[in-house]
Amino acid sequence: MSEQALRLSPPKRPERTVRLDAVGAIGDAARPLSLFERLSENTFVRRLVILVVLGAIWQAYATWVANPLLFPTLTETLTALWEAVTRGPLIERTLTSIQVLLMGYGIGLALAAVFTTLAVSTRVGTDLLSTLTSMFNPLPAIALLPLALLWFGLGYKSLVFVIIHSVLWAVALNTHSGFTSVSPTLRMAGQNIGLRGLSYVAFLLVPAAFPSILTGLKIGWAFAWRTLIAAELVFGVSSRSGGLGWFIFENRNQLETASVFAGLFTVIIIGLVVESVIFRGIENATVRRWGMQS
Amino acid sequence: MLNVPAVAGQKLTQGVAPLLVVDDVTLQYKTKQHLVTATWRVGFEVYEADRFVLLGPSGCGKSTLLKAIAGFMAPVEGSIRLNGRAIERPGPDRMMVFQEFDQLLPWRTVLGNVLFPLTHNRKMPRAEAVDHARALLAKVNLTRFENVYPHMLSGGMKQRVAIARALAMEPAVLLMDEPFAALDALTRRKMQEELVALWDDVRFTVIFVTHSIEEALLVGSRILLMSPHPGQVKAELDVEHLGFADIGTSAFEAVHKRVHSELFADKVETALAAEVHHV
Repeated sequence: MSEQALRLSPPKRPERTVRLDAVGAIGDAARPLSLFERLSENTFVRRLVILVVLGAIWQAYATWVANPLLFPTLTETLTALWEAVTRGPLIERTLTSIQVLLMGYGIGLALAAVFTTLAVSTRVGTDLLSTLTSMFNPLPAIALLPLALLWFGLGYKSLVFVIIHSVLWAVALNTHSGFTSVSPTLRMAGQNIGLRGLSYVAFLLVPAAFPSILTGLKIGWAFAWRTLIAAELVFGVSSRSGGLGWFIFENRNQLETASVFAGLFTVIIIGLVVESVIFRGIENATVRRWGMQS
Repeated sequence: MLNVPAVAGQKLTQGVAPLLVVDDVTLQYKTKQHLVTATWRVGFEVYEADRFVLLGPSGCGKSTLLKAIAGFMAPVEGSIRLNGRAIERPGPDRMMVFQEFDQLLPWRTVLGNVLFPLTHNRKMPRAEAVDHARALLAKVNLTRFENVYPHMLSGGMKQRVAIARALAMEPAVLLMDEPFAALDALTRRKMQEELVALWDDVRFTVIFVTHSIEEALLVGSRILLMSPHPGQVKAELDVEHLGFADIGTSAFEAVHKRVHSELFADKVETALAAEVHHV
């Protein structure tokens, strides 16, 4: 029995050649999508729907709790936000925060560039960078704040210091791992073309590692933003004008809970705008266009 | 020293200086555990307009040899000279086409990829370079794709861009490291034909690494047979007379058989043993 099964052979059939019909008989090869199908393909629309649903839940729950001191409704928060923007100090506070943030972010990026260039060109540099990142990356920036206050006093310098710390290691780590994962073929192709030294870093390594560098920039931005708000909450006003964290702190002290929510709202909105407009824009113009990220 | 067998039909080279001289080159590289000798005292000469093929089984050091000519590694012994000057580092006078498809810069368009070596090395003014790059893209039939990024191309098209990029630099010698090995059989044959047609048109000098005997016979005008572990020269053949029209003819099959026996004569027993082992 088993021997027969092993000897099984396919039945003999006649060969055939087929004349292709016109496609119209089957149907169109492509048809346009309906409006609903197109809308549901749009990421922005889908996310907007989620936001609206979350907002509705918030409003319903807060109305049911009916305690504006603990949990203001969405409409109360939006009113407070509007008032803080038009009559209150919110815009000014936000600008102060962003100014300090950009200063720390910029210096952090410059230092990261120096460290990673050293790390790709010399072995000592590689060892230095990996030792420093493994030491400092796990250290929360906010833990350095007491020390920063001691060294630089109450003022924007201390804030910039902790922001640099939060940006530098994340960006350097990602950039360096991006550099080391550039494929050997691409490296050889670059050297073959005649790239050497700094031109090799600038025209080959940086664009080839750009997906990782961009990830580093995003993580660094998020770290810096968080660190800044937290630091402002800890020691509040710096020099003359306080930042967004101080705005939140101030309003909590005055039990203006709706304004506290408005401050948090601003933090979220700025985060969303930077992520979905600035970074998404850079991504679309670079790594997505180049097919290095889908 | 070397025991290169005398080959019938050796070129008459009196009065013509060789373009590239590989003189008793020994190449070694380190892995984590071993110091590997890739080639042992390999010597050959390449003349202008040669289609010089390095042919041998894997492990014969042909790719390593090509890397040494490209300047990515230095010989432990012997020397490699191009136009009488020792090779020190990688450079655009020895443009290389790799096997892998990721040799193109993904952040530049097809035209940008061909253009970049020209402008970076200031070979010619920009406007002239653009015309030159377009002319090369036309030669490899990619004019329609000049503004497309590499990730949108098929494997064969990527290899054609790499060939255009290399030829645009008008290198003293074009180095090709199994450039068609990762392509499907049909595309591969088409690319081989196109390469030979392109050579007929431009008459560049190319060193071509492959482990396919058929490809060597079709693409090459001269074949260096190498034996493995470590790589040594076994023979140097003239196959100028063989081309695509000869596939299947007895002359072609005869040379094919001869190369096959040269390469695998001493390996047949081991191969058979391995096969038996597998079954």
